[in-house]
Amino acid sequence: MKYPAIKITGALLILYSIYAGLTGPVPRLDILNETIRNLYFHVPLWFAMLFQMGVSWVFALKYLNGYNPKFDIISSSAAITGGMFALPGILTGSVWANFTWGKPWVAEDPKLQGVMASALVYSVYYLLRALIPERQTKARIAAVYNIFAFVMTFVFILIYPRMNQSSLHPGNGGNPAFGKYDLDSNMRLVFYPAVLGWIIISAWLCDLISRHKKINYYLENNETIA
Amino acid sequence: MKGIIHLLKKEFKLEFRQKTSLASMILYVLGIVFICFLSFRHTIRGEVWSGLFWLLIFFAGINAASKTFFTENREKSIYNYSLYHPSEFIFSKLIYNLLLVWMVSISGVIAFSWMISFPVQDTMLFFITILLGGMALSGTLTLMGCIASKTGNSFTVMSLLSMPVCIPIMLICLRLTRYALDGLERSLSYNYLLALLLIDVIIVSLSFFLFRYLWRE
Repeated sequence: MKYPAIKITGALLILYSIYAGLTGPVPRLDILNETIRNLYFHVPLWFAMLFQMGVSWVFALKYLNGYNPKFDIISSSAAITGGMFALPGILTGSVWANFTWGKPWVAEDPKLQGVMASALVYSVYYLLRALIPERQTKARIAAVYNIFAFVMTFVFILIYPRMNQSSLHPGNGGNPAFGKYDLDSNMRLVFYPAVLGWIIISAWLCDLISRHKKINYYLENNETIA
Repeated sequence: MKGIIHLLKKEFKLEFRQKTSLASMILYVLGIVFICFLSFRHTIRGEVWSGLFWLLIFFAGINAASKTFFTENREKSIYNYSLYHPSEFIFSKLIYNLLLVWMVSISGVIAFSWMISFPVQDTMLFFITILLGGMALSGTLTLMGCIASKTGNSFTVMSLLSMPVCIPIMLICLRLTRYALDGLERSLSYNYLLALLLIDVIIVSLSFFLFRYLWRE
């Protein structure tokens, strides 16, 4: 195991956030009540996903600058890891929304629409990778699409909330929230470790996937990647 | 610069020689508008009108823009590599597709006002939206067409690729069209026009930057 200290820290941070998140003190807010604890699970999962998508974008740029297959492997693994984190992110959000909004999916919420748009973008990205058989062409074209799609999704996320007045999400449009004043210091003590922990775990997962891909690459081409 | 003009001349000569592509595009627009008329006869106003209009532009635009790269075969591309710089090549394609998408939108406007109605109150704003939105759409479709042509299987992939990345463009265009339909005060739409212009700049510069990685095998 490489960098055991970091990985063990990540795992411990998540275990801590689960324990403290379920048992620790939380502020009593209307409507949210105990569901505020979802902050420790739902939001860090999204942060980890965004982190992985960013990593995927950066390595796509790096791949185009020199066509090193290693960067393509990291980029695609990060995209897959991001997709894997999106699933529990949606699930925790849906469970939470079922209790606070009354139904698991509220299509009018701009954040959910943003999720929908980016889910489409990355599904198409996986599809594109599956469609092109030749390895180098696949890597090049997927990198180009990744860069373009990420920028457009970013534009969407930047512009769209300004077009719609408010989101149903806590902290937006006057909803009770863990915003500036609600997120008290007790919650911070759990929230930030949870974010850090999930990001470390996502990086670990990405590393595992890319190592698997490297082995496959070796088996196919009979050459190793540094 | 010279290369761009040469390539554009070539595209237009091809277009006028074949004649089929422009005619098929206009027929496509007419057909869709007629279907819209038949199916939404009594309900087309306001939001429905703008939604149908932009869907038409989007799909007819995909149809038109997909041709520019699918007609390039391997031998032709190799010939082009030796003659032109990638930036010349992408700019000629961008300009050509831009003209195509504008033509599609103009024929869409004509077909809509002929068969359904033209309820736009602020015509100026509407046409500026078409110009800027067409620019953004054509830029995206050009790059996506290039990517789709590399996958080998064509049209489905092209529409799949362009749909999610066109969402922000479509949203802004829809919003602006709705403002133009209602004839709202101009100052409300300045922000969106600016955003659209910004998207145009982003798309053109991204296509310019990314195309050199796409075109050479």
